[in-house]
Order: sequence, then C-alpha cells, then structure tokens
Amino acid sequence: MLSRLPFETQKRIIIVSFIALPLLLLLTFSYYPALELIRLSFTNWDGMSQEKDWIGFANYREVFTNPEIFGVFKHNIAYFVVGIVQNIAAIYFAIVLNGKLKGRYFFRLLLFLPYILNGVAVAYLFGYVFDTTDGSLNFLLGKLGLGGETSWLGSESFVNYTLASIGFWRFMGFNMVIYLAALQSIPADLYEAASIDGANNWQKFRFITVPNIYKIIELNLFLTVTGALEVFDLPFVLTNGGPAGASETFVMKIIETAFQFNDYGLASAMSVVLLIAVVVVLSIQRYFLNRGRD
Amino acid sequence: MTKANPIWIGMKYISLLIAVFVVLYPPYIIVANAFKTPDEYLTKSTMSLPDSFVHFSNFADAFSQADMGRAFGNTIIIVCVTLLLNVLIGASFCYAVTRFKFKLQGPLVGLFLFATIIPQITTQVINFKTIQGLGLTNHLMGPTLLYVGADILQIYIYMQFIRNIPYDLDEAAMMEGASLFKIFYVVILPLLGPATATIIILKTISIYNDMFTPFLYLTKPELVVVSTSLMRFFGSNSGNWQMVSAAILIIMIPTAVMFVFLQRYIFAGVTQGAVK
Repeated sequence: MLSRLPFETQKRIIIVSFIALPLLLLLTFSYYPALELIRLSFTNWDGMSQEKDWIGFANYREVFTNPEIFGVFKHNIAYFVVGIVQNIAAIYFAIVLNGKLKGRYFFRLLLFLPYILNGVAVAYLFGYVFDTTDGSLNFLLGKLGLGGETSWLGSESFVNYTLASIGFWRFMGFNMVIYLAALQSIPADLYEAASIDGANNWQKFRFITVPNIYKIIELNLFLTVTGALEVFDLPFVLTNGGPAGASETFVMKIIETAFQFNDYGLASAMSVVLLIAVVVVLSIQRYFLNRGRD
Repeated sequence: MTKANPIWIGMKYISLLIAVFVVLYPPYIIVANAFKTPDEYLTKSTMSLPDSFVHFSNFADAFSQADMGRAFGNTIIIVCVTLLLNVLIGASFCYAVTRFKFKLQGPLVGLFLFATIIPQITTQVINFKTIQGLGLTNHLMGPTLLYVGADILQIYIYMQFIRNIPYDLDEAAMMEGASLFKIFYVVILPLLGPATATIIILKTISIYNDMFTPFLYLTKPELVVVSTSLMRFFGSNSGNWQMVSAAILIIMIPTAVMFVFLQRYIFAGVTQGAVK
C-alpha cells in the first residue's frame, strides 16, 4: 500500500513520524529541564505551591558564600586525586596487556570485572572490607604488622579517600580497556621503524604511544573530572555523608536540598553551578583537543 | 617491547599478580562468609573459609527477606520495555536522519549531540517534577520513561553504524518496489544486529546497576528493584554480615555471568560507548 505512494511522499512521512517522538523526548528530558533549572534558580519555589517569587541572584549568593554548600566541593577533590592515579595505573596495565604476554585475556577479563558489578552491591562489599573490627583490610594490615584498628569509614580526615579508592577498584579496568583499544589501533610498523632507528622503550612510549593515545587520555581525564564532580552513590549508600558530613558530596547536597528541604530554587541554582562546571571542563578539553589538531 | 628484558618481564608479572590480588581480595570476604552457618559465623574468624560451600540457607533467606523475586521481576520489566523502545525509536530516528536530506537536518542532529554535555544528574530536580506531573512516580514506567528519554547513547551508536551500510542496498530494494518503510525494517534493521547487541548489553548493565533513579522514583515496597532491594535488606540486617554477604553475591552474580559469556560484545561496546 505504502509502496504505491511516490518516494517523495514516503520520505516526508518517514521523516516526520520517525523524528517526532525522539525529538519530543529529547526536548522534554534534556532541554526543558536545563532551561527550567535556570529559571527556577532565580526563584524561591518550594516545589509545591503555586507561587514562586523572583529573588534575583540570592540563591547563587547562597551557593557560593555558604561554606556548608560550596565547601563540600573539597570532598570531591579526593575523587579527582584518586582518579588521576587510577588513570596512570590504567595506562600502565593497558601497555602491559597490549604486549605479548601469557594469559593476557584472562588478566583483562579479571581487571575489568569490577566495572560491571552492581554499584550498591560493591558499596556494601567494601562496607565489609573496611569494617573496623571484622573487615578484611584491617585483618590483612594486622597480619602484616601495620596496625589493624583504623576506622576507614569513620575518620573525617580520610573518609573521602577511602570512598574514592572503591571508585579506583571499580573503574580502573574500564579506563584500561579504553586505553587498550587505543593502543591496539597504533600501527605496529611505527614501533618497528623506531626500533630500527635505535629508539629505546621509553622513547617509544614518549614519542609514539603518548601522542597516539593523547585524545583518549583526554577523554579519560574528562570522565574522571566529571565523575569526581558527580559522585553520589558510594557515599550515599555507605556513609550517608558521615561522619559529621565529612563525606557529603555536591550531588548529595542537591538531592537533600530539593527533596528533603523542598528548596527547589536553591537546588536548581546548585544544579546550574554543577552544569556550568561540567560544561567548562568539557570546553577546555575541546579547546585543547582542537588546538592539538591544527 | 623489542628485547625480552628479564627485569621488565618480572616486573610485569609481579604488578599483574598484585592487581589480581587487589581485585579478588575484597570479594573473598563475602564469599567466605555467605556460606557460613550462624554458629560458624560466631565461632570462626571472619577470614576463614566455611566448612562447606553447599550451605545455601543464607542465600534462600536473603532472597526471600529482600523480596528479590519481585525485585528481579521488576528490574526485568523495566529493562525489557526500555530496550524495546530504545532500539525501535533509536534505529528509526537514525534511519531518517542519515538516509534523507531535509531542511534543518544539521541543526537537528546537532541538537541531539549537544545534549550529551548536559549531565543527567543535574536535571533530576526538574525531571522528577515532570515524571510526577505525568503521574508516573511510583510506577514502573516512570524510570522506564527516563531511561528511554534521557539517554541518547543508542543514537550515537546507530548513527555511526547506519552511515557504514552502503546506500546501494536501499537502491536495490527500491528498484524491486519496496517502500521506504519496508526498506527500514527488512533491509536496515536486520543489519543493525551488532549495534543492537552493543546497545542491549550496555543498557542492561547500566539499568541493572542504577540505584539513583529507582531510589528516587520507586519508593513503594512492591516496586522494589535489584539495587533498592539490597539497600532495604542492608537497612534491616546491618551487622548481620553473613546474610548481607549472601545478598550481595546474589545481586552480583547475574552481571558477572553475563560478562563472562558476552565479554567480546561488552569490550567492544564499552569502547564504542566511551569514544562516542
């Protein structure tokens, strides 16, 4: 029946019918909320009442001046620091597993495994590992004679590093697999030519490997930074922000402000700040990437 | 990489062994304790192995107490509906925007690509109100709609894939009198198999592992999903580690098994998904 219609008409029907729904979804769940966030961030809406008053930049002033809000960003630093170490480890293991090596498929499989496990299950698993009295980490440290009574999740000074190390365990293999794919796409003759010219392994790494996976390093760093800014589930499940708010993250604050304190205006302003932070990071990355290409 | 330097080889294996230990040591404690009887749990040290690995009563208790039958059921419903809609909507959209030229095509595609820079976690505050307005909070279709609407991974993957399918195939089918609809579901859709496999795997893993969305949108006890069932179970059993260990293992096993069998697709998918 349809095939009797001229192609031009068919084409029009297809374009309209195949595009309408995804476009509607995109506008509803990506663009509308982004714009609505900006609008609400200038109001004092409580999430329910009909009225909302325009209060100018008061919410933003609150975000930047209240140390209870902006100060939690410093908890996210731990995730960033550990994320950098994680990337270095990932590059190292990617290079090791890219070479000729017995059992490299097994190692790749095993190192990647944590990434696909359920996040809540991983969080509680580490709740047990880090448990002060029964935990396996303190048990191991005790056997090694390194003390064994550290309260890993109860210390305000390093609880964020403890939590970030779980992120390391979970995501190192993921980063590694991405690096590995990039390494495999480097032509082998480049290395052969360099060997003929007498380059040593370090020179090959520095002048062939790094330039060829540069883009992927940037991609992984971007994922690390945005991941660090958006941490939510680990501290939420394991410590609920404790002890004494030491492991609260910015996203936890947003959720709490919106859904517990019903301060949608302030929560929107906080979301906008986070959104801008991510966009800035992305723009910087794109800028350097494009500059590198010219 | 050229000459086999024994020190370098030794270092490689030592670092790999350390890595293997770091990956396997944490799960060891739950495997060791999930099989212990209450008596063993009290008398033996935490790190010792249980007397038998066929003591499954902790698993049975955890499974029923955490209402996991229902949790897996709900998760499967959400995953299946999401995947079905994602594949159909994503593939048809990409067919339309890659095969035809029309006004505003460039800006339209740009609109989709640009959306990826908006972190989904920031828009939750508004999306919650939208879902509430549609009456879909505490309804399995609420999270489903979000998974379908807010993620555009499938559009990336399909778009790249369709561009690589030669247009000659479409033309040949046109010669034989096929309608454009028919070309889509007889010629294009079947050829998208590998891309669809990638999307199915990545989406299944991300939905199965998501805690944020169900925690926010599905608060009624009967709408429990895998992640929230474990959270609730932990809430009422904290400190009771042999039960919690069993529950953790039950939740972890499905994706781990899936991984071992589908590793090739998973590695391919993860790389594609990240480098989008």
